[in-house]
Amino acid sequence: MANQNGETSLSVLTSGWIKQNPTFVQVLGLCPVLAVSTNAENALGMGLATLGVLAISNLFISFVRNIIPNEIRIPVYISIIAAFVTMVNLLMHGYTYNLWVSLGIYIPLIVVNCIPLGRAEVFASKHGPWKSFLDGLGMGIGFLGAIMLLGITRELFDAGTIFGYRIWPSAYNVFVVALPPGAFLVIGLYMGLFRYIGKMRSQKKVEGDESK
Amino acid sequence: MNANFGELFALMFSAMLVYNFLLSRFLGMCSFFGVSQKIDTAVGMSIAVIFVMVASGISAWVLNLLLIAWNLEFLQILVFVLVIAALVQFIEIFVKKTNPVLYNALGIYLPLITTNCAVLGVVLLNLNQSYDLMQTIFNTVGSALGYALAIILFASIRERLSIDELPPVFEGMPAAFITAFVLSMGFIAFSGMIKV
Repeated sequence: MANQNGETSLSVLTSGWIKQNPTFVQVLGLCPVLAVSTNAENALGMGLATLGVLAISNLFISFVRNIIPNEIRIPVYISIIAAFVTMVNLLMHGYTYNLWVSLGIYIPLIVVNCIPLGRAEVFASKHGPWKSFLDGLGMGIGFLGAIMLLGITRELFDAGTIFGYRIWPSAYNVFVVALPPGAFLVIGLYMGLFRYIGKMRSQKKVEGDESK
Repeated sequence: MNANFGELFALMFSAMLVYNFLLSRFLGMCSFFGVSQKIDTAVGMSIAVIFVMVASGISAWVLNLLLIAWNLEFLQILVFVLVIAALVQFIEIFVKKTNPVLYNALGIYLPLITTNCAVLGVVLLNLNQSYDLMQTIFNTVGSALGYALAIILFASIRERLSIDELPPVFEGMPAAFITAFVLSMGFIAFSGMIKV
């Protein structure tokens, strides 16, 4: 019964990393990815906060999925997610105050991020708690990876540092990357790059099949 | 009315152009990339967002007074999300009864506004800045108009872009991001105009 669609726990966990990456493949939840990826530290904080909310809300929604009436499921999901986001918001206010200040309104805005609601609707409402938790974890890791990639790239080109460690002298900086337009530019170029890599790999596969 | 109108208009225009919701604050990105393939849908979405944003901006301001009076500030996120969801539902029913043509034109975009971060974003920004009622109204209207301006401009460019030949790896989404980059660069130029 656990493998009804050929889904093993491992494949559920890893599908969000690259194949179904929420940012680069599904193009969901872009607001925080673009807005708080100005440096690596903010990106890490945002990524972890979203990961936590995703995994826990998926788990909880999966537990209560059979007692929610179908007609009002979306408001119920939003309320559950909002409750967990409130907890994360208060926790970050208490323990990581500086990070909380620099992330600003983007922490409460995790509520309306399409990823937790999307996963609740598509996955957690149809699967058991363990799988749903893994799915949330996997998607969260995919999101964390994407936002970290952007954060590291933008900090590197803006300040020549990664997490504050200097990589190259500040004379080589391209300051537009840290401005709002830079976010669009960097994510656009990465998307083009990933598509190029995907195309190259599929071409290689075709050539390999022909030579057999 | 204690705040003077010059300041209020400066606030409105800076929300509309300098701190544009889509291009410099990155709120409402899903709809920005999702419904900007055609100008018609972008216009429909903008009208719906303007309605919902202004209505929820004002009602959230009023509700926040109650929350503060009862010492329930920690419920802000939950209450505002539910208020927005209820308002969207209400506006949907209202438009359906009074103006079926507009209702059909808006279609699926109306219910989707519930999860549009621009709406919750403007509500939270108004609170963080502790604006009074007039400032809230002007800031919300400015933000909503800025949203409409940006998404309609973007849709116009994308409609034109779809008949052009592009490098194959950049077709679709990557090209849309690069377009947004250029548009956003244009809006950066406004930052010299108003200092708030």
